[in-house]
Amino acid sequence: MSRFPELVSGTRPVGVVSFAQYDNVRREAARSEVEMLMPVVAEAFGTIGITKDDVGFICSGSTDYLVGGPFSFVTALDAVGVWPPRAESHVEMDGAWALYEAWVLLQEGVVDAALVYCFGRSSPGDVSEILALQLDPYYLAPLWPDPTSLAALQAQALIDAGKATESEFAAVASRSRRAALANPKAQVAYDRSPEELLAEEYAVAPLRRHALPPLTDGCAAVVLAAGEKAYEWCDRPAFITGIDHRIETHSVGARDLTVSSSTRLAGERAGVGSKRVDQAELHAPYAHQELILAEALGLGEGVTVNPSGGALAANPLMSAGLIRIGESARAIWSGQADRAVAHATSGPCLQQNLVCVLEGG
Amino acid sequence: MSEPVTMMAAPIRLDYVFTAGVAQSENLHGLAEGKFVGQRCPKCKKVYVPSRGSCPVDGVPTDEIVELPNTGTVTTYCVVNVPFAGQSIEIPYICAQILLDGANISFMGLIQEIPTDEVRMGLRVEAVWVEPDELGPTMASVKYFRPTGEPDADYETYQEYL
Repeated sequence: MSRFPELVSGTRPVGVVSFAQYDNVRREAARSEVEMLMPVVAEAFGTIGITKDDVGFICSGSTDYLVGGPFSFVTALDAVGVWPPRAESHVEMDGAWALYEAWVLLQEGVVDAALVYCFGRSSPGDVSEILALQLDPYYLAPLWPDPTSLAALQAQALIDAGKATESEFAAVASRSRRAALANPKAQVAYDRSPEELLAEEYAVAPLRRHALPPLTDGCAAVVLAAGEKAYEWCDRPAFITGIDHRIETHSVGARDLTVSSSTRLAGERAGVGSKRVDQAELHAPYAHQELILAEALGLGEGVTVNPSGGALAANPLMSAGLIRIGESARAIWSGQADRAVAHATSGPCLQQNLVCVLEGG
Repeated sequence: MSEPVTMMAAPIRLDYVFTAGVAQSENLHGLAEGKFVGQRCPKCKKVYVPSRGSCPVDGVPTDEIVELPNTGTVTTYCVVNVPFAGQSIEIPYICAQILLDGANISFMGLIQEIPTDEVRMGLRVEAVWVEPDELGPTMASVKYFRPTGEPDADYETYQEYL
């Protein structure tokens, strides 16, 4: 009997075998990015008893706009120590996409293991302004729309279409923050009823404070291993049986914001619906986005969504997506789930989405 | 018909609060006291000044703090003859890579008190600091480096740092 889950013909079994993340905090005022990453990378290696010399490829995700300095991803490599030199790459995206690149490389069979890490801090600059710069530079960016206002337009569109209510947004936030109480890395966790949350003032109508993600400084790291190597380092690797990412137009006004067609397509291509899903970690920075994502992925009643609390519990930019994959892998390792779906998003109003299906062997 | 729009201006300005980090803060505090502070890698024993907190070779914290002397060697240099916007020093001037004694990485500094045509690789130099009341957590605390008058350093002593 094969110890590997069923894979798309021709693909190589690649599993998530280790995961570590920083203590998500509002502001890390003492440590530099390198100093934040070093203990996280050391933990990702240390818990499975390997060193940097055991991985043949390193891929990272981050953006210089958050740090305000050029080539911050190059200095970040000092957290790993790449001597002797080895293959290394970087994506100006969430670490989930860095993991995708590493997965593709591992498919080629040139290397058997890879380190994926990512970092992002919200505290050095004004995230509302920084994220406005990812918008279309001619028509949208000059207006400096902040991400919460854009998300509020999306939430209002959901309400107008009769697809969701403010109470449902509050229910998502209430459930997520309550689940976060069990997550030692959560930044925002509490036990408050949806009714209590609905009494809050609007941040940007129809979104109240509870529907917004926290501002977080953080980073994360994952180790991927292929074939037998995965079992060498992990009793029950979380094998990637499907992974896909899709993007929609950058023009927010040209999209139907009440659905996520890119998530639906990525989910189909990753094979989400082909078998039972035990749990899903959805990267939904704003509460209402979880509803859109769950629908796009066809997640039914029996699926546990965001047992970690999701991005509402901690939202380190460029890392919150990879953390969804890490948390999903953890559920496989522990046997809490046999099949888990992890999702990562990027861009305004769920513009770009990655879906990763993880299964135990 | 109106003229087509061929250009638009979209001014962008972002402000950041820079976090120097624990290790680099040690170095900056040292500069405010008129001394060079580096850190040593526990594995390869190399001394970085300033350290960013990690050994880029070994990827481990450089947690041993090392105070370095005021003296060092010019490993390489250039004479700046070209004026540019924002220039704060009169040209020609000498910009050099300086390897402090006991350090395993060089950094950039100005060389003065020597004619520009006499600066050379291996030149022994010492730091000239600003007045005590002008010291601050910045490399601007070092006014410049000047020759010590010692014989030039042997090429072998700095060939690894070019």
